[in-house]
Amino acid sequence: MFSPVILIPAILNGLMTGAVYALVALGLTLIYGVLHIINFAHGALLTAAMFAAFFAFRLLGLDPYVAALLIAPLFFVLGYGLQRLVIGPASRGDDRNMLLVTLGTAIVIENVLLYAFRADTRTIDLPYAFQTIGVGFTFLAIPRVIGFAAVFVVALALWAVMNLTDTGKAIRAVAKEKLGAELSGIDVPHIYAMTFGLGTACVAIAACLLMPTFYVNPTVGEAFVLVAFTIVVLGGMGSVPGALIGGLIVGVVESLSGLFLGESLGQIGIFIVFIAVLLVRPTGLFGAKA
Amino acid sequence: MKGIAPILLVVAVLAAVPLVVHSNTALNFLVITLLTALAGQGWNILGGYGGQYSFGHAAFFGTGAYVTAILQVRYGVNAWPGFAIGIAAGALVGAIIGALTFRAGLRGSYFALVTLAFAEVLRILASVAPVTGAGVGTLIKLDLHASALQFESRAVFYWVILVLLAVSLVIARTIENTRFGAWLIAVRENEDAARALGVDAFKVKLGAMTISAAITAAAGCFYAQYFLFVDSGIAYGTRMSIEALLTPIIGGAGTVFGPLVGALVVKALGEVATYVAGDAPGLNLIVYGCVLVLVIAFAPRGLIGLVTGAGRRLARGKREVAHG
Repeated sequence: MFSPVILIPAILNGLMTGAVYALVALGLTLIYGVLHIINFAHGALLTAAMFAAFFAFRLLGLDPYVAALLIAPLFFVLGYGLQRLVIGPASRGDDRNMLLVTLGTAIVIENVLLYAFRADTRTIDLPYAFQTIGVGFTFLAIPRVIGFAAVFVVALALWAVMNLTDTGKAIRAVAKEKLGAELSGIDVPHIYAMTFGLGTACVAIAACLLMPTFYVNPTVGEAFVLVAFTIVVLGGMGSVPGALIGGLIVGVVESLSGLFLGESLGQIGIFIVFIAVLLVRPTGLFGAKA
Repeated sequence: MKGIAPILLVVAVLAAVPLVVHSNTALNFLVITLLTALAGQGWNILGGYGGQYSFGHAAFFGTGAYVTAILQVRYGVNAWPGFAIGIAAGALVGAIIGALTFRAGLRGSYFALVTLAFAEVLRILASVAPVTGAGVGTLIKLDLHASALQFESRAVFYWVILVLLAVSLVIARTIENTRFGAWLIAVRENEDAARALGVDAFKVKLGAMTISAAITAAAGCFYAQYFLFVDSGIAYGTRMSIEALLTPIIGGAGTVFGPLVGALVVKALGEVATYVAGDAPGLNLIVYGCVLVLVIAFAPRGLIGLVTGAGRRLARGKREVAHG
């Protein structure tokens, strides 16, 4: 069990899964960093995007990687609208209200999907889903390698948006000093909604990357959302590099604890990391001191 | 004691219901509604009065349900002491989680997250541990005798849950009337200020969490006796955590009757939705989620706050008319 022939593929696969986790967490941490809310609707939005990718394939015959180009802007608009029209007005800036409104939104999205598509688990069949490439003495599934690479492209694009555009500058300004940003003429509700939209677009891309190898049902997001919270907490709330590294760590932890404890107990490893980090160092590995 | 009269009145009215209503379906609906109100009252003590929003009250509900069931099935313990031990076990789990999280200084969203994670850990453990019956769940043997805490008539079950709810209402009122309640509310409003005035915030929150967990665990124990079946999804699933939080928020968090009002409204709306759109999975929860968002947007102090607010405005209006 401890031989490298088993350990190394487990670690590599963990890194591949971890990258997609990181992308889910990236959206969450972005929203937290600017709006200071924990978006409980994140998992439900992931589920919704996975359904979108599923139907894009089934009805339009679009490959999930191509569909991402369509679904990401769509979910950007959805996220923008959600924050601008529902979460912002309903919570009026109160932390506890935001927590509950995003929870309410999650409940609605998840159950509308359940109502519309029932609890059936759906998958798509792609010709390349089971093709592998050899790395050293082990093999990696192609969709996972594509996912791994795509996550870094998205992270780079996000970095560019944040650092090279005016909107990115405004987002960073609002995150640092909301009142000051407002006084210099930045439309804060608009920036909040833009951030929420960007976070939602991240989760939509993650959904498209997951779809070739994963299944979708109305509660699939629940499993990811706790994992994403773990990553965000581990990496430090609001920290983008923290989310990337945290994602990779959590992917490996899950893969290894699955190997040693069995499939159903594998997730426990993540939650124990989560609880331990929260109890011992709630600012995460990279977060600033609260 | 101050404010007990309204509780007695409400309980007396509710106690008379089975004398008029004989339909099993209606009684079953009421039992489930009161069960949800009880679980919600537990959440209300910690979340409503103490401002600590737990997203994982299923941890206590499930512990109560499992302990009651397992003690009977595997250890031959009688249901009555089993019920009491179930409540105590729930309180213990609450005290442990509370001690760990409050000691670490977790507040707000962090507290919500960590309670959610604890409930998930328990759910996964319960779904694999042999003692809980793992994936199959635990089935309590049918034995319709009062000595086994099982009753042939739904009405008796209804009165049992009503007594439990009445006790929880009195507990909430007692907390309101005591110094402990004042400390708890002070912690909710401004923890740092409360500490500066000498309130031991850690102890107060820990006490509230233990009482809160015990009440929600009682709902779990009752669930096990009523349905005679527990599995990991029912016991520790997110659904119970959501319902426990939903009822007081919708009815009015930090009020004695908030959870009861919330449970009545939410369950009634669920029934209406089923009646209108047919029985379909997810429908109830769509309604609950919409009501939650609407209440936060338009009635931040819950339905009770909406009514008392309107009453106060009306009274002020009358006074102004009288003076003018």
